[in-house]
Amino acid sequence: MDFEVIVSDALRSGIGPIAAVYALAAMGLNLHFGYTGLLNFGQVGFMLVGAYGLAVTVVTYGGAMWLGVLGGLACAVVLALLLGVPTLRLRADYLAITTIAAGETLRLFYRSSWAEPVTGGVYGLQRFANDFYDLNPIPRGSYGVWLVSFDARDLWVLTVGWGLVAVVGALLALLVHSPWGRVVRAVRDDETAARSLGKNVYAYKMQSLVLGGVIGAVAGMLQAIQVQSVSPDTFDPAVTFFLYTLLVLGGAGRILGPVVGSILFWFLLTFLDSALRQAIEAGYVSSELISTSEVGAVRFALVGLTLILLIVFRPQGLLGNRKEMMLSER
Amino acid sequence: MSAEDVPGVASPDVGVSAEAAGRLAGTVPEPGVRKPDPLLVLDRVTRSFGGLTAVRVDHLEVQRGTITALIGPNGAGKTTLFNIVSGFDRADSGRWSFAGHPLTGRPAHRVARQGLVRTFQLTRVLARLTVRENLMLAADGQHGERLLPAVMRPLWRGQERETGRRADELIERFRLQGVRDDFAGTLSGGQRKLLEMARALMARPIMVLLDEPMAGVNPVLTQSLLRHMAELRDEGLTVCFVEHDMDVVMGVSDWVAVMADGRLVAEGPPHTIGQNPAVVDAYLGKRHDEPGTAGDPGPTGSGDARAIGDEE
Repeated sequence: MDFEVIVSDALRSGIGPIAAVYALAAMGLNLHFGYTGLLNFGQVGFMLVGAYGLAVTVVTYGGAMWLGVLGGLACAVVLALLLGVPTLRLRADYLAITTIAAGETLRLFYRSSWAEPVTGGVYGLQRFANDFYDLNPIPRGSYGVWLVSFDARDLWVLTVGWGLVAVVGALLALLVHSPWGRVVRAVRDDETAARSLGKNVYAYKMQSLVLGGVIGAVAGMLQAIQVQSVSPDTFDPAVTFFLYTLLVLGGAGRILGPVVGSILFWFLLTFLDSALRQAIEAGYVSSELISTSEVGAVRFALVGLTLILLIVFRPQGLLGNRKEMMLSER
Repeated sequence: MSAEDVPGVASPDVGVSAEAAGRLAGTVPEPGVRKPDPLLVLDRVTRSFGGLTAVRVDHLEVQRGTITALIGPNGAGKTTLFNIVSGFDRADSGRWSFAGHPLTGRPAHRVARQGLVRTFQLTRVLARLTVRENLMLAADGQHGERLLPAVMRPLWRGQERETGRRADELIERFRLQGVRDDFAGTLSGGQRKLLEMARALMARPIMVLLDEPMAGVNPVLTQSLLRHMAELRDEGLTVCFVEHDMDVVMGVSDWVAVMADGRLVAEGPPHTIGQNPAVVDAYLGKRHDEPGTAGDPGPTGSGDARAIGDEE
């Protein structure tokens, strides 16, 4: 077993572009769930409309990339309004039901043959982010410290991705520590009380839904840019559940919760994957017990187990405050 | 003539102010009577749940600058009426206005912004906000509550400091200094009642609607809450509170409105209420076979109010 390879793989994944994508998407979800108490189970839907907004504008309609980015953001706003208008006046669970259905409906809609002329159907759309890579100021070559290295292309995506995480994180930190954030947290704790104190609860929930959704769309775009491709089946409902997993892991209702959660989630997932493969190859684990092709499933089972243990022993997540967390169980 | 002239009705400490009672001098104690300077006016308000008519109030006025108690047995429709007026429930019909502005059908947050702020029978503290944050939240007209200015701290920093100062004043007034920075969810039942009352004041209301502020509260705290109410009234605030225990009502209120089966059955200064036959009917059930029973306030009457006064 080569531990250096395992750690290298895990670190690459933990700080890689995909971790930044999930951190961003989870930050939006954190605004919904951690701060406003909105049960959004369709964050992947926002990622989808963001990614497709970009891809469709550029590939199908030949627009510029910056126009595509604006298109993706606009799609997220529209989706948030469509979801929010009918459900935000209702009890919290209705939003959960609506969003989970909407996410899946969107995926099926975008992959349908009816929509194929625009969305590319099951094949999706490719090569829409050339403008982005043309902007890359990093000279060709490989850059690395210790066990990890990235090529110029990945490093560029990585820099922009974590840069976005920093900017969005700073923005959210300013927001939640403002009077606006106080109202939003009040809505999470007791909507009726907030209303009795003159706060327009519906408007705040809508603002939160739109803002968190837009952040999700940015994450979706970053993901699409990274692979220069969108395909509908990358946006399946499991993505939202991974987002919840890493949010709970890091600590919901903490600015850095999703960031720590995402890094750790991807580190662990890849670590387990790599370690299992190595162990099977080296014969420490009998291939009759787990074959290499089953590793993908087993690592998720192990991550699930980790999450269960975490919920039992540290329900507030790594950065959360247990006392505060317990108060929410009214 | 003030209610203080009637021996043994008001507990001396809490006190009915002569000034407040004076505002209602000469008002005839009958249901739906016009007041000299009404702040809240309700007209033909009805609300039914299925076949049950929970509220059917023809006319009710609440005098500015007084403490008005809304009493009545369980199920009389007091809380439903509160919910309607505060925008948390819809009336089937009727109109009501507050400080001259029509309030009919206004959503709850608009009602609160008009200066009519309520509390709840089962306290609703914001559990994961600190006591101080609970108070600061309630402040009105905060610039930093809008999404765009919220990220620009200099725009609201000064106002936030002022809000914090006001919150600290109320924290001191309601003796919550010890728990100022604790999560409100960790407070005891009594502290929650105090916090809720303080929070309502933070919104700078013209009138507060207190829904059973004394429910489930020990006698010492009850006295303290009553004293706070009297102080607020003396500072010019109009207070209306729901209570189904007549004893509590006697000491503090300037005027009492009695509901039963959704209707307003009696109104008057507290000392007249215990003797009102309609009230006795409402509390003890209709029984007119003995003329004497109507005059006897019974176990819920002023006799017990005296006992509370003696505890001081």
